[in-house]
Amino acid sequence: MRFIEEKIVKLFMIGATALVFVFVASILYTIIARGLPALNWDMITKLPSGGFYIGKEGGVLNAIVGSLYIVGASTVLGLLISIPVVFYINVYLPKDSKLAYIARLSFDILFGIPSIVYGAFAFTIMIYLGLRTSLGGGIIVITLLIIPIFIRSMDEVARQLPRELLDATYSLGATRLETMGVVVRQIAPGIVTATLLSIGRAIGDAAGVMFTAGFSDSIPTSFSQPAATLPLSVFFQLSSPSADVQDRAYASALILTIIVLILSVVGRFVTQKFSKNKI
Amino acid sequence: MEASSITKDTVKPTAKEAHLSVRNLNVHILKNHILKNIDIEIPDKSITCIIGPSGCGKSTLLKTFNRLLDKTENVTITGKVLVDNENLYEKDAEVTHIRKKMGLLSQRPCPLPMSIYDNIAFGCKIHGTRNKKKLDEIVEYQLRAVGLWKEVKDRLHVPANKLSIGQQQRLCLARGLAVEPAFILADEATSALDPISSKHIEELFVELKKDYAIVMVTHTLRQALRIADYVVFMYLGEVIEAGPAEQVFKNPRRELTKKYLEGAFS
Ligand SMILES: Nc1ncnc2c1ncn2[C@@H]1O[C@H](COP(=O)(O)OP(=O)(O)OP(=O)(O)O)[C@@H](O)[C@H]1O
Ligand SMILES: [Mg+2]
Repeated sequence: MRFIEEKIVKLFMIGATALVFVFVASILYTIIARGLPALNWDMITKLPSGGFYIGKEGGVLNAIVGSLYIVGASTVLGLLISIPVVFYINVYLPKDSKLAYIARLSFDILFGIPSIVYGAFAFTIMIYLGLRTSLGGGIIVITLLIIPIFIRSMDEVARQLPRELLDATYSLGATRLETMGVVVRQIAPGIVTATLLSIGRAIGDAAGVMFTAGFSDSIPTSFSQPAATLPLSVFFQLSSPSADVQDRAYASALILTIIVLILSVVGRFVTQKFSKNKI
Repeated sequence: MEASSITKDTVKPTAKEAHLSVRNLNVHILKNHILKNIDIEIPDKSITCIIGPSGCGKSTLLKTFNRLLDKTENVTITGKVLVDNENLYEKDAEVTHIRKKMGLLSQRPCPLPMSIYDNIAFGCKIHGTRNKKKLDEIVEYQLRAVGLWKEVKDRLHVPANKLSIGQQQRLCLARGLAVEPAFILADEATSALDPISSKHIEELFVELKKDYAIVMVTHTLRQALRIADYVVFMYLGEVIEAGPAEQVFKNPRRELTKKYLEGAFS
């Protein structure tokens, strides 16, 4: 009897895993089958043209560059803000600190808030300040969106930090700064993982940038100009009544997927480089 | 073997004088009086064991020696800890300089997140030794000093946490020695180790006491019996008795010490 139970459980596990594979495969199949024919060199090197809102001809260079701008800037900003927070709650505050508890709770709440809410919140503030949709606005919203992801995933690793490591480093006569350097090395794999997760979330987010970065068919040259993003390109192209333009949506989705793929492969590689000294 | 003798002459740390005396030291954490009027001398070139029941303040006392206790919340420390006649708790005492004199070995080995080589080189680097050749020599010398060289010489650049726990502990000892301390502070440094590794560390301590003042906290009376030259017995934050191991173990002056040694409580 127990033998059969085990068989059933095992079947379930295999079935569930297979299902996930099927999902991934069919998503990839759809965007490749519909996007690949529409994907050409122009798509990634030219701005949209040809009348329709997001272009029947030309490409989505505006969205590619806009997305990379926003993701790049908000990742850097996010790291700059999150690392000190993680240090503060893990290294400076004592293990059972109330403040650290409250901080973690707040980040958990922020983590769960959907990006449209961040977008709406930023939109309200922008209206209040009389600002228009802009690259800067998009960067700020995406930064807010990924900070909780950064903090949560780095915190996961930093919490495992043995306090003895600090004592050990201090007792070699290291200054606080040198000790922080050692701690960064210790949690480096966590920082890389956090960055990958955040980039994935940031680059794929449409709701947050809709009202804040807006959309534009040219490449922004300053923070105050609106910026296009790939997810919004996909969205607008898909909403078009023309089948040609719809196919271009799949091509844009394919580009987005390839960018994410490249970033995670690079990320994995970097992690392995770093973790040479870990585990 | 020739290479090793060359190494020895150039990077062997010069033996230092190590004087440590504790004068009227009191430690409070919030309202709790953790250490009460501690007055002891730690003799140089010998092993001093601090013994006493759990919670009596052994670790706390050890931490006052390299000012690691300062970081604890709500702690008040009064009195003096004199190292070479310099009070550690003087207002303008330089903490990193003090800590450099004190090699620390904790209960669980805690290698830095880097290679075996870098674990030892790290301390030298932060104190200004950058010469690659010199660092190589120091690493080899210290690894030999803790009997780890033969085991790791072909994999100096693998992460230190690939080593066994016992090897890690010896690496931590070597790492501490590389910054040329005068003291070795060990807090139950063998309690997480298997008997053989533990014996290895003990033997190293006996070897190293020629050049260092070693202060170790231990829970195992038998260990103290084996290697202690001096013994400090603590109870509820007070030093009950301190003196040469022979005398304390054979002729304890205080009734409490006698009872503890007889195993009446622990
Ligand atoms: N950060 C702290 N906050 C409050 N009390 C503390 C703190 N650290 C230590 N104590 C208290 O100080 C006393 C001495 O602790 P200490 O760790 O020095 O004992 P110990 O002799 O090393 O014990 P053990 O043999 O179990 O390691 C204990 O009563 C402990 O509860
Ligand atoms: Mg202790």
